[in-house]
Amino acid sequence: MQFIPPEQDALAGALAIANDTDVLALADEIRGHTAVALHFPKWTDGRAYSQAVLLRARLRFAGEIRATGEVLADMLPLLRRCGFDAVQLRADQQQAHAERALGFFSTHYQSVPPERAATGATR
Amino acid sequence: MYRYTDFDRQFVRARAAQYRDQLERHLRGELPDDEFRPLRLQNGWYVQRHAPMLRVAVPYGELSARQLRQLARIAREHDLQDEGLPTQRGGFGHFTTRQNLQFNWIPLQRSADVMDLLAEVDMHGIQTSGNCIRNITTDALAGIAPDEVVDPRPYAELLRQWSTLHPEFAFLPRKFKIAIHGAAEDRAATAWHDIGLTLVKNTAGAVGFRVAVGGGMGRTPVIATQLNAFVPWQDILVYIEAIVRVYNLHGRRDNAYKARIKILVRAEGQRFVDDVNREYAALAADPATPRLQQAEFDRVAAGFTVPPLAEARSDPVHEPLPAFERWQQRNVHAHRISGFRAVTLSLKRPGLPPGDVTAEQMEGAAALAERFSAGELRVTHDQNLLLPWVPAHELRALWLAAREGGFATPNIGLLTDMIACPGGDLCALANARSIPIAAAIAERFDDLDRLHDIGDIDLHISGCINSCGHHHSGHIGILGVDKDGSEWYQLTVAGSDGSTLSGAPAPGKVIGPSFAADEVPDAIEAVIETYLAERSSGERFVDTARRLGPLPFRRAADAVRRATASA
Repeated sequence: MQFIPPEQDALAGALAIANDTDVLALADEIRGHTAVALHFPKWTDGRAYSQAVLLRARLRFAGEIRATGEVLADMLPLLRRCGFDAVQLRADQQQAHAERALGFFSTHYQSVPPERAATGATR
Repeated sequence: MYRYTDFDRQFVRARAAQYRDQLERHLRGELPDDEFRPLRLQNGWYVQRHAPMLRVAVPYGELSARQLRQLARIAREHDLQDEGLPTQRGGFGHFTTRQNLQFNWIPLQRSADVMDLLAEVDMHGIQTSGNCIRNITTDALAGIAPDEVVDPRPYAELLRQWSTLHPEFAFLPRKFKIAIHGAAEDRAATAWHDIGLTLVKNTAGAVGFRVAVGGGMGRTPVIATQLNAFVPWQDILVYIEAIVRVYNLHGRRDNAYKARIKILVRAEGQRFVDDVNREYAALAADPATPRLQQAEFDRVAAGFTVPPLAEARSDPVHEPLPAFERWQQRNVHAHRISGFRAVTLSLKRPGLPPGDVTAEQMEGAAALAERFSAGELRVTHDQNLLLPWVPAHELRALWLAAREGGFATPNIGLLTDMIACPGGDLCALANARSIPIAAAIAERFDDLDRLHDIGDIDLHISGCINSCGHHHSGHIGILGVDKDGSEWYQLTVAGSDGSTLSGAPAPGKVIGPSFAADEVPDAIEAVIETYLAERSSGERFVDTARRLGPLPFRRAADAVRRATASA
């Protein structure tokens, strides 16, 4: 997981997609980009997880998917599994907490589509 | 019962460690209340009137005697406070309609220690709260009911595993409840759930699911609508994934009261169905999408075999005892295996709120399970405990032992076997108290002959419109409402959970303006007397209420108002 420093523009070079946008309708536009920035207006608004899943699994988007907006350290395990590979944490968050949050689980009960595409998981 | 694997154990311990880390950051001031709340909620920790409330998951209601003993230990050692009235000092648990157990007095500082104690017996509070997929519930008679078509427990376990810490669906618009049953009779109130699953066999004998979606209680009671008549069992996780993805993307997030999937289903209608079908088709077309495999199913199903049972012997001849006969009539249920019975331990008895058990009683119930039921218990949707594997020749001995423990009230399915939420005594959301109302009604109807004469009836009490006490589906429903800071109660009649006895699922109909708390027992009595006067031979309360409509009940209840004026 790549951490984008808080002072950096997280949208630079990326197609910014609002979290109420149907990403499948943007298939053509997305093809022209190497990075997409998804948005968490509130950290408890989970729409962008499904958007990332559809980008990876349905549109086979192989570029960077960034998490922007209210991104908290404890979201990291979810973000990674849903196909995000870059985050800009909210300015008050500690990167050390986010990295630690990634370490609690080594295995999972289920697969989400981005993991299936990557590993051919059995379930 | 399902047997935890090393993987399951490791997973629960990892979750406990993750929670401890979050709690410590919170206690150090590094994780503010607002941001800690959703994290603790997804581990079952609410903050209520007196202390945090812990809701412990009892997956599909299956509980071992060993687990119940550990819950007793938690009640005794951690669910405590030093001050307050005796009833406010803790030391007890409360079984819920969703087959879980709640503690009310555990200090937050001890919460991580309690998670470790739960993990010792393969338990946790994962996803018992929060806007995620909650504990999967099922029929308390799963695997033992004579009318069962397919045993739902292996599928419930597969659903538990699939939904546990699903990263995409951890922050849905609102909570999400799935119930599953596989018998002719629906004992799991599936029509009232976000997703209601019915296991069926098609004409070729293949197993699949009838899937209904969009049921729910709360401010807007809605009965689930059928989405698919037959989803092959191998595809059920993929089908549910499609439903929940559509909900996650399109469910409303601007208004918590309109955020449940029932609102989306109603607003979108056919478009919702099309969206789900499109998503399901896309998943099915992707070769990477896993279907459930027979080997996987067999591995899980292996945990749900019949436990080694003492051989059933012929019934010993006992001197007939009316009290024993009555208990057999109400608390003993037919079993799939000849010579065995299922027995309900009533948690509806004088002096204790519905569903409550003290630490000592938990140990008493565990001992009964060990002696009479292969060490297994079930938590029922009606907030009782059930022993699933009782040899018929042991019934008399069990009855005597259950009486000793205060578990033998012969009232299952009767008026005093009521469902009630904890209400305003304990819950911070409640508008009114449930427990004193339940106690007053139980006292009013304490005569067993009268109770048996009134017969089968579902009385459900909720302390607020969140409907944890399922008032909508009660044959008689009582809803606590707040007016000008005082407690009032709205009565409904003819609601149904969808069981054969209750008829097609439906919310009850209101009978007039709210009643004052001290009018409620009189009003309930007036409603019951109306039924007794009007019933035709053999007619149950709910049938009379449906036949007559709410008006005669309203008139009778109005006639006993004292503090409130009839409208």
